[in-house]
Amino acid sequence: MTQGTLTFSLPRRGAALAVLQRYGVYIAIAVLLLYNLFFTPNFFALDNFRTQFVQVVPVLIVALGMALVIGTEGIDLSVGGVMALAAAVIPLYIGYGLIPVVILVILVGAFIGLVNGSLVALVGVQPIVATLSLMVAGRGLALLIANGQLKSVTDPGILAVGRGDLAGVPFSVIIAVILVFGVALLVNRTTFGKQLMAVGGSRRAAELSGLPVKRILLLTYVLCSSLAAVAGVIGTARLGASVPSTLGNLIELSAITAVVVGGTPLTGGQVRVIGTVAGALLLQFISATLIKHNVPDAYSQITQAVIILLAVYIQRGRTATK
Amino acid sequence: MSIAVEPSAGPTTVTQARRERLAGVLQGYGAAIVLVLLAVVGSVAFPTFPTLSNFTNIVTQSSFPLIVAIGMTFVILTGGIDLSVGSVFALGGVLAAYGSSWGGIVGGLLLPLVVCGTVGVVQGFLVAYAKMAPFIVTLAGLLAVRGLVLAVTSGGSNTPLITDPALQALGQSHVAGVNSSVVIAIVGVIVGTVLLTRSRGGQSVLAVGGSESASTYMGLPVARVKFSVYVISGLCAGLAGTLNAAYSSSGVPTVGVGLELSAISAVVIGGTLLVGGRGSLIGTLAGVLLLSVIQNLINQVGSLSSSVQSVVSGVFLAIVVIFQTVLSRTQRL
Repeated sequence: MTQGTLTFSLPRRGAALAVLQRYGVYIAIAVLLLYNLFFTPNFFALDNFRTQFVQVVPVLIVALGMALVIGTEGIDLSVGGVMALAAAVIPLYIGYGLIPVVILVILVGAFIGLVNGSLVALVGVQPIVATLSLMVAGRGLALLIANGQLKSVTDPGILAVGRGDLAGVPFSVIIAVILVFGVALLVNRTTFGKQLMAVGGSRRAAELSGLPVKRILLLTYVLCSSLAAVAGVIGTARLGASVPSTLGNLIELSAITAVVVGGTPLTGGQVRVIGTVAGALLLQFISATLIKHNVPDAYSQITQAVIILLAVYIQRGRTATK
Repeated sequence: MSIAVEPSAGPTTVTQARRERLAGVLQGYGAAIVLVLLAVVGSVAFPTFPTLSNFTNIVTQSSFPLIVAIGMTFVILTGGIDLSVGSVFALGGVLAAYGSSWGGIVGGLLLPLVVCGTVGVVQGFLVAYAKMAPFIVTLAGLLAVRGLVLAVTSGGSNTPLITDPALQALGQSHVAGVNSSVVIAIVGVIVGTVLLTRSRGGQSVLAVGGSESASTYMGLPVARVKFSVYVISGLCAGLAGTLNAAYSSSGVPTVGVGLELSAISAVVIGGTLLVGGRGSLIGTLAGVLLLSVIQNLINQVGSLSSSVQSVVSGVFLAIVVIFQTVLSRTQRL
C-alpha cells in the first residue's frame, strides 16, 4: 500500500516463510506433541487425549462460526453472550425434553445472530461495535432470565450430551466432528461458501457482481450465533449446571485466536476450517502442557499472547499481498 | 435544461446543507443532549438523584474510566483500537502500590507510568512499524498484561496496599469539593482537546484517521503518529489505574476487566467515529458521564439488578451506533 510496506516485506518473502505461513500451525502442534512425548509423563495416554478433546469442543465450535464471520471481514464478540443465554434458557425448558430445548436454544442463538447481522448488513454498523453491544446485552439478559442464579441441570438426556460416549468416543466430540465437516463442506463445496468469501474479499466487488451481499452477511452471523448456542448447550451439559454468569466468558478471544492461528486472515476473503481446528487444538495442547508442568496461569496467558502475535506476524506477509 | 435545473437546485442544496449541519451537530453533541435530558428526567423521577453528594459520587466514579477513554479516543481517532486498557489499568494500580512501598510517591507514580508506557511502546511498534492489526496486537496485550499482573501478585491472590501518605493524598484529597482524580481527568480533557485542535501532532492524528494514504502522500509521519497514540493510551490507562489504586489505597489485581469495552462504548457514544478521523474529547466526556448516569439511575430504582444495567448499556450502544451510522451517511450525501 505504502512504500514502507514494500521495502519492509520484500526481503522476507522466502520459501521458508511460505512454508511457515501454510503449515505453521501443524508444525507447532507436531513440535508440541514431540516435546510432550519426551518430557511430559502420562501425556500420551488415551485418557489424556480424551480429556483434551472434550475440553476443546466448545471453543472449537465457537471458532468454526467465528471463522465464517472473519471470512466476511467481520468479527463477532457476542458469542460468549449467546452461550450465557443458552445456559440461562436450558433449565427453564428442559422439562419439554432434550430435542425441543436444543432447537429452542439454537433459535435464540439464531435470533441474536439476526440482530448482529441486521446491524452489520442492513444498517452498516461496524461488526466490532454491533457485536460488542450484544456481548454486553446478551450476558445481562441471560443473568436477568436466570435471576443471576446458578442452577444444576439433572436431565439425563442433556447430561449424556456432555458426559456420555459412543464406543469410547464422547458424544460432544462426535457433534464437533460433524459440525467441522458440515462447515468445511459449506465453505469449500457450496455456492454460499464461495459467496461468503467473495464478500470478505471485496464487498464492493461482490455487490457490483450482483451477489446478495446483505443476505449472505445476515446468514453468516446467524450461523455463527447458532454455533455458539450449540457450544452453550455442550458447555452446560458438561458442567451439569447452568452458569450464565461465567459460561463462555472471554471465549471470543480464544475463538478469534484459534481462527487467526489457523491461518484465516483477519482481512477476510479466506476461511480455513481445518486450520481453525488445528488452531483450537494447538491452544488446548499449549495450556495442557503448561498445566502439566505446573506453570502458573499467569504465564500461560502470556504464552498465549506471544503465540497470537507470532502467528499474526508470520501471516502478515500473506495478507499484505492480498 | 441547465436554466430549468438551476433554480430548483438552489433550495435543495440549502435544505441539504441544513440537514447536513443538523446531522453534524447531533453526531458531535448527541451524547451531551441525551445526558442533559436523562439528568432532567432523573431529577424529576428520583428525589435522591439531584443531590450534591450523588453528583460528586457520579463524577468521581467517572473520572477513572474518563482518563482511560481519553487515551482510547486518540487511538480510535487514528482508526485503531486498544483492547489492552483494562489489563493496563490493573497493572498500573498494582505497580503503583509496589512502587510506593519503596520509592514513596515518586516510585508510586514512576513505576506504573514507565511500565504502562512501555506496554504502549511495544503495542505501538507492532501496529505502526510491524504493520500488524491493532485489534490482534492489543488483544494479545490484554492477555499478556493481565498475565503479568497475575505473575507479580502471586496469581492474583496478593493485593498490595498503598500506605504512602503522599500517594494516598493524591488519590483522596479534594480540590474545590471534588476528588483530585476528577480535576486530573478534566485537565486531561482540556489538554487533549487543545492538542487535537490546535497542535500539528493532533491534526496529524485526525488526518491519519481520515485517510492514511492521503496522509502519507502529504508527507505526514503516519507511522510515528500511530505509534504515539498507543503510547498515550498506555500512559492514560496506567495513570487511571494508579489514581484508582491511590483512591482505594490498594492495587487490586482483578480490577479493570471489561474496562476496554466501556471505554470504547463511551468514545463511540461520544460521537467519535470508529473508522477514525473524526471525534472529540468533549464527546468522550459526555459519553463517560452518560454511561455513569445510566448506571446511577438504575441503582436509584433499587429493585433492579445490575444485569439490567448491562442490558440497558448494550441496547443503548446499539441505538447510538445505528443513529451515528445513519447520520454520517446523511452527511456524506
